[in-house]
Amino acid sequence: MKYFFFAIFFSPLFFFSQANISGNIESTFQYLNNDSLIGATQPDQKGLINSYMNVFYTHGKFKAGLRVESYLPRIQGYPNRFDGTGIGMRYVGYANDLVDVTLGTFYEQFGSGLALRAYEDRALGYDNLLDGMRLIVRPKSGVVLKGVYGYQRLSFQQGKLMYGDGIVRGLDGEINLNEAVKKLENFPLTMVFGTSFVSKFQVDDDPSLVLPKNVGAYGARAKFRYKNVTLDGEYIIKEQDPSNDNSKIYNYGHASVINLSYTKKGLGILLSGKSVDNMSYRSDRTKDLQDVLINYLPSLNKTHTYNLVSTLYPYVTQLLGEVAFQGDVLYTFKKGTKIGGKYGTSVNFNVSTTYQPIKHTSSINPIDSTGVAYITRPFDKSDSLYWRDININVTKKINKNLSFIFSYFNITINNDVAKISNDAVGIISSHIGVIEAAYKINKTHSIRTELQGMFLEKEKGNYNGSCLDEEKGFIKDKGNWATLLVEYSISPSYFFSFMDQYNYGNPIESKRIHYPIITCGYIKDATRFTVSYGRQRAGLFCVGGVCRFVPANNGLTFSFTQSF
Amino acid sequence: MKTYLSFLIIFLSFSHFFAQNEIENNEAITKKLPSVKLKDYKGKVVNTAELGLKGPIIFSFWATWCAPCKKELNAINDLYSDWQAETGVTLVAVSIDDEKTKSQVAIYVDGKAWEYIVLLDPNGDFKRAMGVNNVPHTFLVDTDGTIVYSHNNYAPGDEEKLYEEIKKLSLK
Repeated sequence: MKYFFFAIFFSPLFFFSQANISGNIESTFQYLNNDSLIGATQPDQKGLINSYMNVFYTHGKFKAGLRVESYLPRIQGYPNRFDGTGIGMRYVGYANDLVDVTLGTFYEQFGSGLALRAYEDRALGYDNLLDGMRLIVRPKSGVVLKGVYGYQRLSFQQGKLMYGDGIVRGLDGEINLNEAVKKLENFPLTMVFGTSFVSKFQVDDDPSLVLPKNVGAYGARAKFRYKNVTLDGEYIIKEQDPSNDNSKIYNYGHASVINLSYTKKGLGILLSGKSVDNMSYRSDRTKDLQDVLINYLPSLNKTHTYNLVSTLYPYVTQLLGEVAFQGDVLYTFKKGTKIGGKYGTSVNFNVSTTYQPIKHTSSINPIDSTGVAYITRPFDKSDSLYWRDININVTKKINKNLSFIFSYFNITINNDVAKISNDAVGIISSHIGVIEAAYKINKTHSIRTELQGMFLEKEKGNYNGSCLDEEKGFIKDKGNWATLLVEYSISPSYFFSFMDQYNYGNPIESKRIHYPIITCGYIKDATRFTVSYGRQRAGLFCVGGVCRFVPANNGLTFSFTQSF
Repeated sequence: MKTYLSFLIIFLSFSHFFAQNEIENNEAITKKLPSVKLKDYKGKVVNTAELGLKGPIIFSFWATWCAPCKKELNAINDLYSDWQAETGVTLVAVSIDDEKTKSQVAIYVDGKAWEYIVLLDPNGDFKRAMGVNNVPHTFLVDTDGTIVYSHNNYAPGDEEKLYEEIKKLSLK
């Protein structure tokens, strides 16, 4: 009955033209085998399948959309509370030049997301959409006001949306002065200011503590641009929010980001800083991992794509506190110069570091009634390293058909804080080299190869395991890796690839394993089929600030996507 | 469950009726460019359906962390001035980088000296509206705002096929 009104809404509109339907379909099927060598097990059902279909409908100022999703059962590594088939998203709305209103589910982001971000990342099984009401008002050019109200999606069980316990409310305003004020239209300095206020409500069911039922998060942001220089930043404060994440302390939280960049044709320079303390902000204070987060705090580093670099030692933001910095430079040597050659040569250099913040406790009485555990200030960092990534890559086109990319990465991660492996303690430091070559055989045929090597720094000291080499120290974690990838593609419709990852340096001889996998694809316009067969290494699969652990598996994966 | 099904049946039957209607009127079932408000990489707000461009438009969804996307856009960049001169086409590169890597977009675009219009879609609003599953996904839009071709992959040589489609449009 609930959906009857949708039908009424839709029915007359199809009789007119100008209606537009778009959307997409995605389906992933897995058939998995047992493989005791890599610790992969066959699920009882043997076959697993995830499917989605989005349908978006617009007609003039009216809009509606829905997503049907299906987990029969979910593919490996997906959150364990996804099952059944049903509607995972649906909304109706209306938009003109002044207002844009949505009832039902919606995605939204305030500023840089430090206070609120509702979004979907299907590859990770992440979806914290809001279900309620959103109103966007644009009273004049350059001014945007937003109001949101809703419950957050937590999971999808027996084909039904399940929500977090708390309700989320938010207001956001942004003004672009150069668009809003006529006199500033041609002013060389561009100025944008914004402010957000978000609040969540959850009942206090704790018998021993007085928990705040309403918890606010608020702050401001600004962006300036003058000629080639851009400066932007945001600062958000979160009110007292005792939760399972922060061991029920009554501290305020704060988060800040700042970016300074200079760009011109052929050159880009970026300097960024980020500081976070006690900023886990969820609509249910008892939840953890990736559940019902209201805000978004990505780690401050480059997202790498080569498989050894991206999934073995990725870093995730420590919501409880960190101070991070990043520098990035991209320079293209012009065509016709000595280094630039005939086609130009690009060099990218990137460094990111993350440290533990200093928590001052000298003036704090831990047993007083305030529940405040320490004092921190933005960008007040200690020398305790959580993460460091130094990388450089050079892109060089030799001639019309042949090009190379050479890359080097030095990645250091503190495994005691940002836990990534059960086989190591302390700092893990790795050096990775990648040579990528692409050769165009003729107009439509081409071949691409990647050769990757990962070399772990050995550690001296008291290790009582079996892999101690007196001279050189002992091997950390899983030791060295190598990857070979060969990809052959025929434009515009086919590709075949073979990849082998080999853990040749594992300290345990029986674990020096090959992970071969073969993938074939067929693409026709907006339709795409891929089939792969082989072994997949266990790893942390990350997109943006969220990661999902994918266990090792061995078998067949078939996927189909279609846009319309 | 029953209500979902009846809703779907109603939904589909009406869309079927709509489609039939269109065919009877000798019009192809078309997909129009959706209207979404995005910022360009310099911070200016633009409406995707009202870009005010004259010729055909290529919308290419990409990200700084997507290697094939960058290969495609770098390949087209070498040919872009010829394409523009011959067909009047404009390429709009829509970055789906979120806050983690959004600040690197301008660094990459200018560092590579791209001449494209670059829009930022950090929360995937335009990506969803266009039905994009994954990047790279490239769309070709004619001067009426109708999507006439799309391709969800990049392999070297794909740009030639795209250019053939653009030339078909300019011959019309």
